[in-house]
Amino acid sequence: MNFILLKLKSFSRSFVLRTKSPDFERSMVIRMENQNIVLTKEMFARVGVNEQQSEKVARPSISYWQDAWRRLKQNKVAMISMGFLIFVILMCIFAPYIYPHSYDEQNLAYTNQGSTVQHIFGLDDLGRDIFARIWVGGRVSLSIGLVGAVISLAVGVIYGGISGYFGGVIDDVMMRIVEVLVGIPYMVVVILVSIVLGKGMVSLIIALCITSWTGLARLVRGQVLNLMECEYILAAKALGTPTFKIILKHLLPNILSIIIVNTTFTIPGFIFSEAFLSFIGMGIQPPNTSWGAMAALGQQQMSYYPHELLFPAAAISLTMLAFNLLGDGLRDAFDPKLRQ
Amino acid sequence: MNSREPLVKVEHLKKYFNMRKKGVLKAVDDVSFEIYPGETVGLVGESGCGKTTCGRTILGLYPATEGKIEFQGKDISQLKDKKEIIEFKKNVQMIFQDPYASLNPRMTVGDIIAEGMINHHVPGGNDRIQELLAMVGLNKEYTNRFPHEFSGGQRQRIGIARALAVDPKFIVCDEPISALDVSIQAQVVNLLVRLQEQLGLTYLFIAHDLSMVKHISDHVGVMYMGQLVEFSSSNELYKHPAHFYTKALLSAIPIPDPKLEKTKTVLPLEGEVGSPINCGPGCRFMSRCKYATEQCGIATPELKEIGKGHFVACHVLENA
Repeated sequence: MNFILLKLKSFSRSFVLRTKSPDFERSMVIRMENQNIVLTKEMFARVGVNEQQSEKVARPSISYWQDAWRRLKQNKVAMISMGFLIFVILMCIFAPYIYPHSYDEQNLAYTNQGSTVQHIFGLDDLGRDIFARIWVGGRVSLSIGLVGAVISLAVGVIYGGISGYFGGVIDDVMMRIVEVLVGIPYMVVVILVSIVLGKGMVSLIIALCITSWTGLARLVRGQVLNLMECEYILAAKALGTPTFKIILKHLLPNILSIIIVNTTFTIPGFIFSEAFLSFIGMGIQPPNTSWGAMAALGQQQMSYYPHELLFPAAAISLTMLAFNLLGDGLRDAFDPKLRQ
Repeated sequence: MNSREPLVKVEHLKKYFNMRKKGVLKAVDDVSFEIYPGETVGLVGESGCGKTTCGRTILGLYPATEGKIEFQGKDISQLKDKKEIIEFKKNVQMIFQDPYASLNPRMTVGDIIAEGMINHHVPGGNDRIQELLAMVGLNKEYTNRFPHEFSGGQRQRIGIARALAVDPKFIVCDEPISALDVSIQAQVVNLLVRLQEQLGLTYLFIAHDLSMVKHISDHVGVMYMGQLVEFSSSNELYKHPAHFYTKALLSAIPIPDPKLEKTKTVLPLEGEVGSPINCGPGCRFMSRCKYATEQCGIATPELKEIGKGHFVACHVLENA
């Protein structure tokens, strides 16, 4: 195909061509600013096809991560969730230093008092400030969530990666072990671990981590098996790329998004498990506290002083909701099918 | 025939896949041929006949079950020295079928092309990447772009540039054009031909488009269910096909003239392709061959020379 670009020599601004003459080649009259102008052949010059320009791509090149971040920023719900989570984390870190009341300070004269200016969320049945206790309890809840997610992430990715990469008999054996672990009810594991190690944060994390990494391990194994079939892995092998480099440069970047999304969904799972176990008395023991333990105490006063249950329950629900919504947003942002 | 030493010599190559309980899949069963430097050997056959497996085994991506692959006179399965293995991998490269699956979506074009250069310490850096891009007809500014920003034909060119980056002598083209549409196919094939002339490359060209293979190849091998049934120079094969399978394949090529196309006779192939799993002795084409005799069911036919450089594996033709 031959494109001929015509450029009018004397005019630079755009205008509407109105053909008066049937023969374009010979002459043409246009109307511009109420003046009739006769177009002649001499007014045109041949520009031709610019090879370099035609190959130019207009949009600047952006990497996968920049693109994902751009899409996440457009997602208001995910950004609000992220803001809320940052707020909660900052409050857990700094609030106990700033707030005038300590989490274990008792004010026995005003037990079960509702919200006041002095005690924002009120006092519990032992006269302790609920606002102070929310942030101290949040430290426990969030750190169990984060530590548990990091441990299950590390174990799951390495285990699943090895299983998928080597395949065959190794894969078979490793996956059977996973299936056995999945089959054990985690309540049994928690009770057994708390008998051996005693109740507390460490034994809780250990108990939750023993079985929680299996989901991610299966996911990573499936992804690795899938990617190993891709021709670019074969191409890397043909180019003589060493195994560890294939894992680092080809496999990991391609499963990273799935790992990140899965982890944001694991964290609320841990927070909820901790809350549930503390609620039934298997988890955090007084004087230490967590959101679950606070909800358990508040539940006893629910009929008369609902604020004692309301605030820790709200803290659990909102944090979990924020993590889940952020996870949803991340999944959408990373999904290559939505790429434009 | 060429009097020089063959660059690649495949002797009785077998590649079986163990399917555990289902048995053994004989993907490539006793294939022998030679490729001379500067030549293009086409490998044709229907889907699943072992063309790709054959190509990948020659590159050492799959270990061969039996048989010998010689590259520049050295048996590649005997390469023990690490230096020799790296040298071999530098000399042989592959161009892949699917331009969408063969480029890592998380790497830039520059990184993709540089991968082999880093592995084999090829000097040149960024200048060489730009030179390679220009060589395959792409803009030099593309080094920082990602594969998803390109069309299928452009991606295939990137794949070619990646293979060329390590200065290979022998390239296995694994159906490099079958995923592209026809106008782009011609561009890519012409590019491959031009590069062969410029760089003195040797190709093993795997395809199922017979007219394209005719255009590019010096020699053509026809595969059926893991076996080479006919091997000959390209002209000879297209003018005087001997094996009944080859004849049927050639008769199925569409002619770009509706009048001629209407009048031509297509040799019908009856029956289904058998399963390459646990197949016994005998000619594998037997079930679809109307000339089959008793002998065909007993022994697997071997490649016999029926003309100058024209090899056919068929009992019926042998006895005729």
